[in-house]
Amino acid sequence: MTGSHSAGTTTAAGAATADRAAGTVRPQLNLTGVNKVYEGRRGETVALSDVNLSIARGEFISLVGRSGCGKTTLLRILSGLLTPTSGVVEADGQNIWRNGKRNDEAFQQFGVVFQEANLFPWYTVAENISLPLKLRGVGKKARLARASELCQLVGLPGFEKAYPGELSGGMRQRAAIARALSYDPTILLMDEPFGALDALTRDKMNLELQSIHAQAGATVVFVTHSISEAVFLADRVVLLTPRPGRIRSITPVPLERPRSLETETSADFQRIVRELRRELDEED
Amino acid sequence: MKDRDGLMKALPWISSPILVVLLLAVWQLAVSAFGVSEFILPPPLEVWRSLVDLVSGSAVWADVWVTLYEVIIGFVIALVVGMVFGAILGRMVWLERAVQPAIVAFQVIPKVAFIPIFVIWFGFGTTSKIIMAAILAFFPIMLNVMLGVRSVDRGHRDVMRSLGASRWATFKSLDLPSTLPYVFAGAEVAIVFAVIGAIVGEYLGGSEGLGHLVVASLNALDAPQLFAVIVLLAVMGSLLYLVVTTAKRLVIPWHESVGRR
Repeated sequence: MTGSHSAGTTTAAGAATADRAAGTVRPQLNLTGVNKVYEGRRGETVALSDVNLSIARGEFISLVGRSGCGKTTLLRILSGLLTPTSGVVEADGQNIWRNGKRNDEAFQQFGVVFQEANLFPWYTVAENISLPLKLRGVGKKARLARASELCQLVGLPGFEKAYPGELSGGMRQRAAIARALSYDPTILLMDEPFGALDALTRDKMNLELQSIHAQAGATVVFVTHSISEAVFLADRVVLLTPRPGRIRSITPVPLERPRSLETETSADFQRIVRELRRELDEED
Repeated sequence: MKDRDGLMKALPWISSPILVVLLLAVWQLAVSAFGVSEFILPPPLEVWRSLVDLVSGSAVWADVWVTLYEVIIGFVIALVVGMVFGAILGRMVWLERAVQPAIVAFQVIPKVAFIPIFVIWFGFGTTSKIIMAAILAFFPIMLNVMLGVRSVDRGHRDVMRSLGASRWATFKSLDLPSTLPYVFAGAEVAIVFAVIGAIVGEYLGGSEGLGHLVVASLNALDAPQLFAVIVLLAVMGSLLYLVVTTAKRLVIPWHESVGRR
């Protein structure tokens, strides 16, 4: 782990892309031949078939596809909530599954944001945000200090002592993101985190996520069914097709950062969105 | 809008005294206007006098403590045993399936029918009443805890798993707090059942407790005292229920069953 660290000292996405091109840096996340088969009453369902993907340190990857194409399955495999039927998932060169058991050491650097906020109603916002720190044995004072710092970051200042039941859906989702960021994970996995939000809040959250990504330098895997959202956020867009779920294409997004809402009106942005949409339509 | 909310909050405090006064008025009317026999329905004032006599004497307090003791010990036993059984059956689905017919069978039996047996086994003392109170209080707690253990949110579980939380940490931060509302829902029913168990136990055997005092008043044809003891029982039951709901407010203030605002 230290070896790969010294080889690629910079975490900027651009540098990582360049390194990858030169073939000098080991990818931070690596999926090789990943398959997932569900055994149901009506026989087997192949959810994922031969998925191969390398993700560089600091890179932002969007996973798009129709519902049922296996994008959530892929993210759950990455987050260690599902075991792949076969194939290897590596984080920093470490296999995250060993003899069917999760390698918890490798998971220390993962932060997961789900479709629902999943905040615990018995904890205040601050306690929810700092729960991962509590599990890591961080003292109460340091935890609460970190929680109010994160409340600032995600735009929830002054809500530290509120209970989740008192927040709106968007605010809850922001608290969930703060919870995932609390222990500075180097890999952030997000499963349609803004799916339940209205369009305006969603735009705002996307901008915030972009700046969080730039500041924290984390690697992000972001699942969405919105093509424009995927293109707006990502360095590369991975398109999945259903039955069986497999990678159809990987599209680089060479748009300049930081991106603003005007980016969406640019010709380059619209061209990429159009191409991806056409590829999705070709499935039928 | 604010005024209306305030009014809604104050409503039970206004309506309850009115209802009590209304009940007393109808009661008095029934006695004086329709000439109902005093052996069947003593006038409210007579009952009040008897109640004052009772609580100013020392004998009744011994009975109050005996009944209270039976109810509380029985309830605590039911709480502990019910939580343990509920947690085990909630976790082990196969075991629940295996013993479910037995549970249902035992549940549908009118359990007060066992009291004579308990008297034979454990004598006329407090033990047989404690056991009756505990058995009646046990089922609502066990069934609720079983439900609670199973209804832990899957999304919440995913959060703990994705954080690599240990079993103990998951129990402390997730299983326990999400089951507590169910424990209290069961306890609210159970405390009422425990009172019933203890009183019915005292009816059928023994020489102490408020239930016994009810029977003694009946045998002496002392209707005012009979009514006075029932009033005492009502007060005791309400206070015990209040203790449980207050505990709920303190332990799970975040839960929706506790109206915070």
